[in-house]
Amino acid sequence: MTSAAATPFVDFRSVWLAYEGQDAFAVEDLTLSIAPGEFVAIVGPSGCGKSTFMKLATGLKAPTRGEIDVEGARLTRTLKIAGMAFQAPTLLPWRTTLDNVLLPLEIVEPHRSAFKRERAAYVERAKALLATVGLGGCEDTFPWQLSGGMQQRASICRALVHQPKMLLLDEPFGALDAFTREELWCVLRDLWAAQRFTVILVTHDLREAVFLADTVYVMSKRPGRILARREIDLPRPRDLEITYSEAFTDRVHELRERIGMVRKAS
Amino acid sequence: MAASRSRLESWAPWLLSAVVLVVWQLVCWAFDISDFIFPSPVQVARSLVEYAGPIAGHAWKTFWTTMAGFAIGVAVGVLLGVIVGSSRFIYSSLYPLLVAFNSVPKSAFVPILVVWFGIGTVPAILTAFLICFFPIVVNVATGLATLEPELEDVLRALGATRLDVLTKVGLPRSLPYFFASLKVAITLAFVGTVVSETVASNDGIGYLMMSAGSSMRMPLVFAGLFVIGVMAMAMYELFAVLERRMTGWAHRGQAAAT
Repeated sequence: MTSAAATPFVDFRSVWLAYEGQDAFAVEDLTLSIAPGEFVAIVGPSGCGKSTFMKLATGLKAPTRGEIDVEGARLTRTLKIAGMAFQAPTLLPWRTTLDNVLLPLEIVEPHRSAFKRERAAYVERAKALLATVGLGGCEDTFPWQLSGGMQQRASICRALVHQPKMLLLDEPFGALDAFTREELWCVLRDLWAAQRFTVILVTHDLREAVFLADTVYVMSKRPGRILARREIDLPRPRDLEITYSEAFTDRVHELRERIGMVRKAS
Repeated sequence: MAASRSRLESWAPWLLSAVVLVVWQLVCWAFDISDFIFPSPVQVARSLVEYAGPIAGHAWKTFWTTMAGFAIGVAVGVLLGVIVGSSRFIYSSLYPLLVAFNSVPKSAFVPILVVWFGIGTVPAILTAFLICFFPIVVNVATGLATLEPELEDVLRALGATRLDVLTKVGLPRSLPYFFASLKVAITLAFVGTVVSETVASNDGIGYLMMSAGSSMRMPLVFAGLFVIGVMAMAMYELFAVLERRMTGWAHRGQAAAT
């Protein structure tokens, strides 16, 4: 990953954003670089502009001031190489789980043009992906027949099926119970280890951030600023056991204190 | 128990109708009401049989007039609904006008339509159309406008065009709203047709009832009412079945599992 440092995959240079019709900025002076294949977590109190950050990184929102480069090129319109998943699984209830996962392939080029011709191959790919997240055999069920955790797995598969270079996750495990959440951490860890896409994970769960990420950014309350950057140097592959180790809890504590300072400062 | 209960439920409307007919008949007998005022079910049935031929002819006319108006209503309603539902600007500019238009009684349009198109089928079709397209517009627009913003972000981050979002998510998602509105619209379309036929036509059930009423043949008037009711109910049921077939995923209460 040495060459990664030379050309960042995502590069924010003093990015400011104010939403239309609002004077106050939602995020202020964001400057950060994300290397190709890096796993970045962004933590902060609720309403700190974490989701705004995601909209900026995909080009869904254009910055009011500052510049964003993705893959060395200026970001001027919506990216077409991103996969997204949110706290709500947002699966389409009239499609089966398999068809939900296939949806991006019906939209993204070059798959879109090849979809009818190559459908069998795509179905195989989607099935294989579903199997790796433990949803083998659920292809023909409808989303509402699945539990919350299973729906979220399917949602992550949908975000990954077109093999995006960047995966954006906005509190994807926020609505799940603790056991399911930890299980899905491992699912995400394994998918990332196998495919090495760039991940931006927005979360308010510090343990989640430390367990999964290479680098954690702490954001302040609105208007969101980046207060701290911490590299998590825990060895990989990380096992759930590690979350009980002292090295792990120390890092979580340190981040926790940062957030605490955010509170006091305001 | 559950099975017999649901069977009872499906028979309940028929049972209630039978009870109403019996009570109606008994009241007519008991108070010896003249059939010029309020004919008994038996008299209505008799005139149904006696005038079966002409009634069938007029009913057929009313039926296809209604279906023509309804078809135009669906086409215009869906088109307007898609336009209104996919743009906030159009929504805020057009919606108040549509509401104002909808609160004008449609029978007030019939004289205008007669001046423009003359007496006959055209005003009836147009009245049926005018009265039935509004619920379709509202429902389709609602279905499109209430799309989850996250879902739109997911699709737009994939490079989806507005048309993609509309065809992949917007339209399928508004189908349950659309079918629900069809059930309302088809019954309204019958109202429109009959209103127009009553004042400005030489055939159709509305005309039949009007002319039967003016010659004091009340059993025939009631027979006309009965025929309209049956046609509207049959079409309603047809669309209810279609709705369940097409959008079963939206009515999953009974099938849900986890």
